[in-house]
Amino acid sequence: MRSILHRGEKFQPLPTDDGRLDQQMPGGLWHKCVKCAELIYTKELVNNLRVCPKCGHHARLRARERILQIVDHESFLEWDRLIQPADPLHFEDGSGSYSEKIHSTQTRSGETEALITGTALIAGRPIALAVSDFDFLGASMGSVFGEKLTRAIERCAEIGTPLLTINASGGARMHEGLFSLMQMAKTVAAFARLGEARVPHISLLADPCYGGVTASYATVADIIIAEPGALIGFAGPRVIEQITKQKLPEGFQTAEFLLSHGMIDLIVERPDLKARLVELLDHYARVHQVDRGESIPWQPTLVPVAGPNGASADGTSSVPNRVSAMGASS
Amino acid sequence: MRRAIQRRQDDESALADSDEPIEAAEESGQLTPWDRVRIARHPERPHSLDYINELMTGFIELHGDRRYGDDPAIVGGIARFRDRTIIVIGHQKGADTRENIKRNFGMVKPEGYRKAERLMKHAEKFGIPVVTFIDTPGAEPGIGSEERGQGTAIAESLLTMASLKTPVVAVIIGEGGSGGALAIGMADRILMLENAVYAVASPEACAAILWKDAGKAPQAAETMRITAPDLLEFGIIDQIVAETSPAHEDPQAAIASVGATVDRALDDLMTVVDQPSGLDRLMEFRYEKFRRIGEWTEAEPVSVS
Repeated sequence: MRSILHRGEKFQPLPTDDGRLDQQMPGGLWHKCVKCAELIYTKELVNNLRVCPKCGHHARLRARERILQIVDHESFLEWDRLIQPADPLHFEDGSGSYSEKIHSTQTRSGETEALITGTALIAGRPIALAVSDFDFLGASMGSVFGEKLTRAIERCAEIGTPLLTINASGGARMHEGLFSLMQMAKTVAAFARLGEARVPHISLLADPCYGGVTASYATVADIIIAEPGALIGFAGPRVIEQITKQKLPEGFQTAEFLLSHGMIDLIVERPDLKARLVELLDHYARVHQVDRGESIPWQPTLVPVAGPNGASADGTSSVPNRVSAMGASS
Repeated sequence: MRRAIQRRQDDESALADSDEPIEAAEESGQLTPWDRVRIARHPERPHSLDYINELMTGFIELHGDRRYGDDPAIVGGIARFRDRTIIVIGHQKGADTRENIKRNFGMVKPEGYRKAERLMKHAEKFGIPVVTFIDTPGAEPGIGSEERGQGTAIAESLLTMASLKTPVVAVIIGEGGSGGALAIGMADRILMLENAVYAVASPEACAAILWKDAGKAPQAAETMRITAPDLLEFGIIDQIVAETSPAHEDPQAAIASVGATVDRALDDLMTVVDQPSGLDRLMEFRYEKFRRIGEWTEAEPVSVS
């Protein structure tokens, strides 16, 4: 059991093998906002959770950086990192075999798959996380993605820990054919059971979220949050434009579009996310404790409550006690 | 829309031009996956209403989602099948261009999935089994569909099917197009006609994305493993319904085979349900059926001390 996060560095992304994060920052010092083209001092951007200080654009994040942004310092324990994709179809396209693509993607991204799952504390509250990594084959959902997510859901149902999914994905992974499509059914079925266990699922939709992920577990959550400006939909905008020959309306498929059409609960800006999650978790914890007179395993623990930057309130960085059931399977 | 029609006409004329190679391939038993894609899309292949009208009596179509509208790309209703009352739901393609325009080529909008979902809940309420016929190029990509939550509609249909307390049998009769097909396909028994296809994306879309060339669709169809024998081997479908000759050549035979197979599947499932705690067992079977799908490797954890 070990923490995969770097020590003592708040919001510091893990370096990847090819220094991809550096490539996004010319010279490593400056970053150009993709929306307003403002040059931003990289350190300032990272401290601002990669939200452009000028225009408010929420830049895409790698999965581990997202996790670091919201969980308490050193509290994340990863689940099921040893599951690896297989190539059940022996799939080959114009650019080579799926096996080779997986290998090169793993090397480049530093991840074994497009979904990272695990458990952590958010301001002292236990939570499970399933976070997709768009840099890994567009965070497409194949067998490993589905299996890791399903195991996470089943653990949450068993131990009563709320699950936060953070979803940015191109949809089902074509290279695994119908195995990928069936992960939609598999994950939704697991979420149906989580619902029967009355354990909350909070889904955060991030840019971009499309296809089989939008059409499965990500949109049947108890709470659906989106990041400002995120593009979310079923069919991609280019496909719709090509087929309908219609000009797409202004702001089509943005988080704001979904909110006004009644498809999501709320939009939360990245700097407010952690606080809103804590509020939500506490509301559901109170439902169980007060209204039902039940004691549940995810009530706030006696861990020192973390400050806004992940440091604990008394300035130390003690590793909190863990709920044993959570760590057991990591 | 115009493009979709044009594409369909192109398909039809391409098919008309090249029926001969299909027949030659059929005789030698060497249908390629791409041949099967073309057979599965054949306009004269029987569609859902053909199965309903031939196999069932007293079909009363039930319209609308009680939310927004009635989607003609999906049909549903209550009917008598053999000695049972069932709820039947199916994608509906047209046999000609005029009907295809009305039916939107079997591409369903959110209100269509919501109609299906409400009919499934209706079936659950009365303990009626559900039979679905799958035959769609995929869920409709369109501005209105996005505005009304296409993704959410499919997801909610899956959520409903995941815990629907009544038996469900799905038959892929033609084209099983991705999430738009799965949305009514999360069943206890999944049957598939021999020349039907079921894919995560159309071979054309897959080729356009991965080969950057939609013309490579035949190669894509090959590597995507979308035929009934492939999917039986993978354990994703339960049974193949044989087509002694392609269903567009002998519709009656295909319809009769589907009827007999669905009947047996319903018999099996009702036997489970009729036992003590039968519905609980059905729910457990359905969960496990989808739970086990997937292929991966998993290394033994290295002990870290």
